[in-house]
Amino acid sequence: MVNTGDTAWVLTSAALVLLMTPGLALFYGGMVRSKSVLNMMMMSFGALALISVLWVIYGYSIAFGDDLGGGLIGDPSQFFGLKGMMADVTTEAGGLPPMAFVAFQCVFAIITVALISGAIADRAKFGTWMLFAGIWATVVYFPIAHWVFDFSTDTHVGGWVANNLLAIDFAGGTAVHINAGAAGLALALVLGKRKGFGREAMRPHNLPLVMIGAGLLWFGWFGFNAGSALAANNTAAVAFMNTIVATAAASLGWLVTEKIRDGHATSLGAASGVVAGLVAITPACSALSPVGSIILGAVAGVLCALAVGLKYKFGYDDSLDVVGVHLVGGLVGTIGVGFLATAAAPAAVDGLFYGGGVDQLWRQAVGALVIMVVSFVATYVIGTVLEKTVGFRIDEEDEVAGIDLAVHAETGYDLHSTAGARSSGNPALADSGRAMNERKGTA
Amino acid sequence: MKLVTAVIKPHKWEEVREALETFGVTGMTVSEVSGYGRQKGHTEVYRGAEYDIALVPKIRIEIIVDDTDADDVVGVIVTGAHTGRIGDGKVWVVPVEGVVRVRTGDRDEAAL
Repeated sequence: MVNTGDTAWVLTSAALVLLMTPGLALFYGGMVRSKSVLNMMMMSFGALALISVLWVIYGYSIAFGDDLGGGLIGDPSQFFGLKGMMADVTTEAGGLPPMAFVAFQCVFAIITVALISGAIADRAKFGTWMLFAGIWATVVYFPIAHWVFDFSTDTHVGGWVANNLLAIDFAGGTAVHINAGAAGLALALVLGKRKGFGREAMRPHNLPLVMIGAGLLWFGWFGFNAGSALAANNTAAVAFMNTIVATAAASLGWLVTEKIRDGHATSLGAASGVVAGLVAITPACSALSPVGSIILGAVAGVLCALAVGLKYKFGYDDSLDVVGVHLVGGLVGTIGVGFLATAAAPAAVDGLFYGGGVDQLWRQAVGALVIMVVSFVATYVIGTVLEKTVGFRIDEEDEVAGIDLAVHAETGYDLHSTAGARSSGNPALADSGRAMNERKGTA
Repeated sequence: MKLVTAVIKPHKWEEVREALETFGVTGMTVSEVSGYGRQKGHTEVYRGAEYDIALVPKIRIEIIVDDTDADDVVGVIVTGAHTGRIGDGKVWVVPVEGVVRVRTGDRDEAAL
């Protein structure tokens, strides 16, 4: 018999996490120029379309099938096509239907892929992005999800980070954010800078969209973090509160940093601080007290606000700061657990500041660094192969004119209601065209 | 007939319109434009990156008037749009050869 409370919460959480990807599309879409808003949003929607299908066919099995050796990869054939997953295997004592867990983890895979797209705004061929998304999910995300999220049981062997290293990553600071952040850096390097990067004003074209997106991300993130308890229980409630307060503290931290540095507290800063805080608390939300979460969030807000300037210093075009927000925020959160974890929290581990010594700290650091390096190298190779074979960048002319029109044959906004007619041949227009030609003697 | 064109600060537009209406101007064409003069642009900051934005938003007003009214209309606009600070804009007058009211076919002064 299923535990109805747990099942209801996990299914709700899966829906919340799914909503994060359209939310991310708004967050990213508002930050680019109006000529590329649709392509930016389409990279997220493309991930929604593709990754769910791959997840059902073999993704879940690679992530949560029996380990094939070393805690590195699950057996892709075990649950191929989700075979055997429809039966109700819950016992008298209660439990979660397998498919609820499959669905919950599916939406994590989608958003991780979508996060990367912020690094390559305005300039990636859509077809190549989709190819990349499928290959990257298969080669990088599904195995790393196995490392981090697949816990061993009496009858099942899972991944090495969760079961051997024993790093705490409650909801995906490593598997999702460090992973996507390092991948974003690699892709930004492979694709190169946008034309005019660092010289032209590449202003966000719609900050209200960015703020709506940040709001939807925060809302969805309750599913991401509190849902990762996989039960409607105390751990979920602690994770939920920490997700509120760390995020708020990070937004404050970002705003104070830019007020001091630039003289203004900006709406983009508030929205960016929200996301930086959400990223940082993701691995830590079961291990910290609410006060510890405030400290973690504030540190993440300040450090990410400083980190987004690095791309100009080092000259890489991580267009929407996937590195500055997700990689840096992910590192702050994952390594921060080693300092700020308290045994009073559900994860029941003391970090350095609570007298636990460096035992948890080194585990956190190893997990974070290994996943960062593996993701960067693997992504760089995948990206380079695609660039050399099918090509990853659009033509310079198309990039300048706008990728929306060139790649999708659409424009985001119709601000001139008189422009254009159905090309199937409006008779009035055709007539006036003939008259014009007759007058000019060109008919 | 003269075409009076004015480029003014957007926040002065309401005052200028009221003053023109009081003076007796019955119609005009207004557009939101951008440009710069001695005022130059302004600075915006996004995630710590400063951008110099060259173009400043302005309102352009176009009015066709009788020769005799042109100077007064210019005076009304200048009074209404004046703040004394840089970026107040410009008003200029050019001669107009002919005007037709589309609805009636009236020409020139009758079409004003």
